[in-house]
Amino acid sequence: MVAFTVNGVRRELGVDANTPLLWVLREHLKLTGTKFGCGIASCGACTVHIDGQATRSCATPVSTVEGKSVTTIEGLSPDGSHPLQKAWVAEQVPQCGYCQSGQIMQAAELLARNKAPSREEIIEHMDGNICRCGTYLKIISAIQRASREG
Amino acid sequence: MTKHLDPRATDLSRRDFLGTAAGLTFALTVAPDPLALIHEDPSGVALADGPLSPNVWITIATDDTITIVSPAAEMGQGTFTTLPAVIADELDADWSKVKPVFPSEWNEKKFGNPGYDNYAFQTSASFAVRGYFRAMRVAGAQARRVLLDAVATKWGVPAAELSTEPSVVVHKATNRHISYGEIAAFAKAPAELPKIEDKDLKTPADFRYIGKDLPRVEVPLKVTGAAKYGIDAQVPGMVYASVLQSPYPGGRPETVDETRARQVPGIADIVTLPEGVGVIGTSVEATLRAKNLLKVSWGDAPGAHHDSEKALEEFAAIARDKSRDGVPYEPVGDAKAAMRTAAKIYRGEYRTRYLYHAQMEPMNATASVSADGKSVEIWTGTQGPTNLHNQVARLLGIDRTSIILHQQFLGGGYGRRSQQEVVVDAVRLSKAVGKPVKLIWTREDDVTGGKFRPMTAHHIEAGFDASGKLIAWHHRVVAESVAAYTSIANGTSPPPVDRVVMKGSPIPQYPIPNKLAEHVIEARGARLAAFRGVGNAHNAFAVESLLDEIAKDRGLDPIAFRLTIAEGAPRMQMLLRAVAEMSDWTRQRSGRGIGVGTMVKDDTLVAGVAEVSVDRATGKVKVHNFWAAIDAGLAVQPRNVAAQTEGSIIYGLGHVLREKITIRNGRVLESNYSDYEVTRMSDVPNIEVKVVSTDYPPTGAGEDGVPVVACAVGNAIAMLTGVRLRELPFAPERVRGALGA
Repeated sequence: MVAFTVNGVRRELGVDANTPLLWVLREHLKLTGTKFGCGIASCGACTVHIDGQATRSCATPVSTVEGKSVTTIEGLSPDGSHPLQKAWVAEQVPQCGYCQSGQIMQAAELLARNKAPSREEIIEHMDGNICRCGTYLKIISAIQRASREG
Repeated sequence: MTKHLDPRATDLSRRDFLGTAAGLTFALTVAPDPLALIHEDPSGVALADGPLSPNVWITIATDDTITIVSPAAEMGQGTFTTLPAVIADELDADWSKVKPVFPSEWNEKKFGNPGYDNYAFQTSASFAVRGYFRAMRVAGAQARRVLLDAVATKWGVPAAELSTEPSVVVHKATNRHISYGEIAAFAKAPAELPKIEDKDLKTPADFRYIGKDLPRVEVPLKVTGAAKYGIDAQVPGMVYASVLQSPYPGGRPETVDETRARQVPGIADIVTLPEGVGVIGTSVEATLRAKNLLKVSWGDAPGAHHDSEKALEEFAAIARDKSRDGVPYEPVGDAKAAMRTAAKIYRGEYRTRYLYHAQMEPMNATASVSADGKSVEIWTGTQGPTNLHNQVARLLGIDRTSIILHQQFLGGGYGRRSQQEVVVDAVRLSKAVGKPVKLIWTREDDVTGGKFRPMTAHHIEAGFDASGKLIAWHHRVVAESVAAYTSIANGTSPPPVDRVVMKGSPIPQYPIPNKLAEHVIEARGARLAAFRGVGNAHNAFAVESLLDEIAKDRGLDPIAFRLTIAEGAPRMQMLLRAVAEMSDWTRQRSGRGIGVGTMVKDDTLVAGVAEVSVDRATGKVKVHNFWAAIDAGLAVQPRNVAAQTEGSIIYGLGHVLREKITIRNGRVLESNYSDYEVTRMSDVPNIEVKVVSTDYPPTGAGEDGVPVVACAVGNAIAMLTGVRLRELPFAPERVRGALGA
């Protein structure tokens, strides 16, 4: 039995301790906004926050989040109104969109720490998140917009 | 498979018209040439027993909501917005009231792409807007006319006195207004639907949405996690599946030791598949664990002996050996004869390696076969609903109408999701266990079971006459046939030419009087697929590299030389001038090189310029700036054309810098993003795209930046270092070696 909080709701689950948090979120809790990309923490599509820290859920055994607070894209804001979500729409960032939950969660950690990151700081922070459609420049613009309009 | 599109061919001559309590549904039937029915059907299954009539559906509800069917796959290219916007424009609909939907039934006679001979549901080759554009304009215009006629009758005024504002019919003389929803409440079907001719369509000055920029309709769903992809399917009672695949195509499981896999808690079944072994269980984590515990030996197949690096050497030798003819692709004049008269002949050899699509959503499908095996429901995101239906119908021995496909958003396609083997395996597994099955490939499955852009070897000769005119062009491409590979899966015979490999080789942007491009087809047993940028990408690398080598030898500026040989191709000349201006081409650059490349793919033209530097110690190439100009005819959504071009440049950059698939003993050596290294944010240059909207019908724009990247970057490196890189990728070790560092 593992117990932790997801998007403010306490959950208790009888899953194997080694199960990656990703599959617990997606298939046990049906929170499918967090995506499976690589399974080895190499692409960032599965990024969630654990106690506020951006973490690759695909490489996080669920036992390690015991008692912790997990935030997924579904819990970033109640209605898509986080400054990054608004900026993502304003800049029309997503193409296929599959990586964008992870991109936004990764960016949210940056802005929580650093309200006005430089372009270089943005690139350094986001370089572990792959977007195969090639929306990187739009992502940079959207983070800068959210930083401005926050 | 595509046919030449006659812009006048789609003519609404039949109709269904349903007035319902909920509103008004137009089933506007676009009757194509009935002969198209008899035409060879590449899908291998007869599509129709009546006239083939793709159509477009518009439903106007009494609350003013307008539902418009958008039949193309949405994989980020924006057609879920672009196609409905075309209808909405001619309908003069209020865009805020428009709700795009995927087709509820996958009937080519109603919704198929008129650009294909078989009206296939097939979103690839940047063919959605190109294929549907005219039919959708006509459908929208006709629906508007029906509304006008209905109001004219009700108000007793001549229809000619009526006009429309978005979703409202107006009679100016009496200052009366009525909304489309109000019309839907009373309108009745006319006996004959009005015929729409060219003159009835809007002129570009009247466009409200075409040529403007609409926010993409599904973008808000993609920032909250609400957008549903195939992998997100949740079906009551479903179980999970993982498949251990044969490492090479054609490998059948010979011995299967499932002892340890069976011991994993939650594993219910293990099912042998034609080229794999499926593990069924109650959770993803259980099936993944069990799959890794399977011990399987695989039967022999030609692909088991494939060694890609060795084969590429052989391909290069074959390319050089002109005694073996290839399959000509759109030749012009007599290149061989003209070459014999040439005063000077330039020769170049180039190589490219296998590439993996690396779409972010690993391949997956959920299938639920009914207890009697006579029907099936499928949840997936596919580029090819027609082939999906044909393959599943053949597998189960059922009619296509017994298949319900729930199309989802695609987490990247790039050609990969045109192939159906994962869907077919999911159906097999569901049938075997009698439950809905969600089959998910891991990233490792997706790489090692990838279907690749073929590796290629090129040999090109360019002959000049004594006056310095380029008179003969002979391009030999040695590669496997993608068309042959995919037609086996689709149960059809291979077409005589492989457009996927050969696109881009006819170089219409350079009207050389004698041109021969030929495909020398080798078979090595690799899995292959169409790939974003198709043949244009490797062919442009070869063609544009040699052009720069020639320009250098003749002491000519690379753009000036191209403008000369592009004489007679004014659209490309305009783009070349545009990128010269954007890049400030003639400016001296310290420590940086600049290079140009062009491509023409299915009437879409692109020119691009790259500015690069090279770290001579490490061999690392850095692209600092990329300027591109694209002419895809009328730009229906210009901002989206720019976004697709920018994205495809970034996609192509990975192919240049690092990406390659290596096959040894039939096994793919790469396995994940850790060793198949795609473009990351830190690789991306500043990119400036100029969208040149022209009066030509819209052509594709989903992939057209890809081909100009490798050539422009290679040319820039050559300008900077004097060293010509003739094979991809320009990985640091190769660059360092070439520089002699």
